[in-house]
Amino acid sequence: MSAITSPIREPLIKGNKNYHQITEDICAPTERAPSVTWVLAFMVSVGFLALFAFTVAWTIWIGIGSWNLNRTIGWGWDITNFVWWVGIGHAGTLISAILLLFRQKWRTGVNRAAEAMTIFAVMCAGQFPLIHMGRIWLAFFIFPYPNTRGPLWVNFNSPLLWDVFAISTYFTVSLLFWYTGLVPDFATVRDRAKGLRKKLYNVLSFGWTGSAKHWQRWESLSLVLAGLATPLVLSVHTIVSFDFATSVVPGWHTTIFPPYFVAGAIFSGFAMVQTLMLMVRKVLNLKDYITIGHIESMNKVILLTGTIVGVAYLTELFIAWYSGYVYEQFAFYNRALGPYWWAYFAMMTCNLVSPQIFWFRKMRRNVFVTFVMSIFVNIGMWFERFVIIATTLARDYLPSSWSYYVPTWVEVGIFLGTLGLFFTLFLIFVRVAPVVAIAEVKSILKTNGDQFVEGNRQYIEEKQFSGEKV
Amino acid sequence: MANQRVIFGLYDDETDLLSAVKHARNEHLNIMDVFTPFPVHGLDPLLDLKESRLHIIGFIFGLIGTITAFGFMTWALASNWPIIYGGKPYWPVPSFIPITFELTVLFASIGMVVTFYTVCGMGPGISNPTLHDRITDDKFCVAFKLGEEDDSDKNKYEKYFEATGASLVDVKTI
Repeated sequence: MSAITSPIREPLIKGNKNYHQITEDICAPTERAPSVTWVLAFMVSVGFLALFAFTVAWTIWIGIGSWNLNRTIGWGWDITNFVWWVGIGHAGTLISAILLLFRQKWRTGVNRAAEAMTIFAVMCAGQFPLIHMGRIWLAFFIFPYPNTRGPLWVNFNSPLLWDVFAISTYFTVSLLFWYTGLVPDFATVRDRAKGLRKKLYNVLSFGWTGSAKHWQRWESLSLVLAGLATPLVLSVHTIVSFDFATSVVPGWHTTIFPPYFVAGAIFSGFAMVQTLMLMVRKVLNLKDYITIGHIESMNKVILLTGTIVGVAYLTELFIAWYSGYVYEQFAFYNRALGPYWWAYFAMMTCNLVSPQIFWFRKMRRNVFVTFVMSIFVNIGMWFERFVIIATTLARDYLPSSWSYYVPTWVEVGIFLGTLGLFFTLFLIFVRVAPVVAIAEVKSILKTNGDQFVEGNRQYIEEKQFSGEKV
Repeated sequence: MANQRVIFGLYDDETDLLSAVKHARNEHLNIMDVFTPFPVHGLDPLLDLKESRLHIIGFIFGLIGTITAFGFMTWALASNWPIIYGGKPYWPVPSFIPITFELTVLFASIGMVVTFYTVCGMGPGISNPTLHDRITDDKFCVAFKLGEEDDSDKNKYEKYFEATGASLVDVKTI
């Protein structure tokens, strides 16, 4: 039995649930016919997915010339979107791995959906480096395979190659971790299903029985995978930041990038988790499992990481001035007051200023405010990457090469299309898999269910009264 | 497992399960297996389950990943086709660290997950016999092996289940 939770803590499961009720509540969305809301959302998402297919096909057919990149600005919306999507993925791993190591029990309500989000976000991110190569049919050149050119190997010194390994490892490990957690829950759905559904879930559940030895191994595996995923997730955005930091471009060549990128990634990821969770808990009627307490915890993380990101922005400005290096000084002057000042302004407002509202408990616990804020943060973090990439490139060393970049409809279409891809996958996920980790929620019921919190309080008070240590 | 006759009892709560398993231990009854809807802590020592060695497998696979990545990059850039990139030496060790780390994690994770499913006898398309549909829902199950036509044993186990408060007792061939 797990340790008694302090009665000061808010209950994590509400509504006086028992084990069977938890199964019923969480399996229900996969067992009933889809609601009208779901069907409409799915149709819109698939529409955007079609747009993605079209704009990508257009790009490949016409070539990168269909984008507005030029000799000065080689990275535009493509890499902005790539970094944005990878960053979003980080929250899922943080919740499922880092919070597991820290024994934060509130993770059980949101880890499953957050990790699904990670996987889908990384899938969206992965599209951009491939498409922006231009000749996508030669994409396999990025792998070190024995070739007829010598064999001439890939450049293992290049952060872009490190990225290939980082992103593909991250995707694989996240997928394994997520699916291993899903197997017992698929077995739960299997044992309730009949006919064809039973056969399907039988395949998905890998023959899980719930044997004591299997649970022991499963827990051991989860713990070690969490231990591996924790440094992995930090390494992934560190390596993404190396794409910039190892260059010699003023404004990019800074040692603050890795921690600043990781904090920003967690920040934007939690915002996306909030966006999704607020919808999921309402539409799937899971408010007893994803409580206001969960939302408040995530808002605290948003406040913390948003402020870290804000401090990083201000540090960059200070160091640019303090370094006495004119190119660096110009890069930051240009970011804040140059032709893209509006992007810098949007970034500062959304990322640094607006999350400060979460110092107020009332705001942290307000669903509407949280939803609006989560959208703000997503926009702000997109602008952060745009500011770093396009603004910096637009004003390089040679004033004769200075340029200004606006995306074409193709680039905008690809970005909107990845949103379609993301939401299509997520909507399929909420229909097929239990959105909340059933087994993990059951394992914290006796310590964190609302009907047990009062009993725990009495238990602790009795012990204290008789002078025993609790 | 070919046609093993099993007698099992279902309990409604993990505290009932733990006291039942303790009882079986005192009575020297040989439990075949215990099935639960979620990991019940405190069960492993009662069943004399040794700590899982999966993490050792993880370490071994991780080590293989480290050696593979670092060894391959060293061979490719320092021996097979030495090139100077950006003024760095032929054997730029710091540049190898990120990929070495990633492949360590990748090998350890894949190795551990594959080992986990293999030793548990699980995998895509595999279906293992289950005793009751509520075990993955809210029931906690203790199972004993039963010989063919062995009624004395059956009576003994039924008495045990009655004494420990099982809510359902059944015999099934799996």
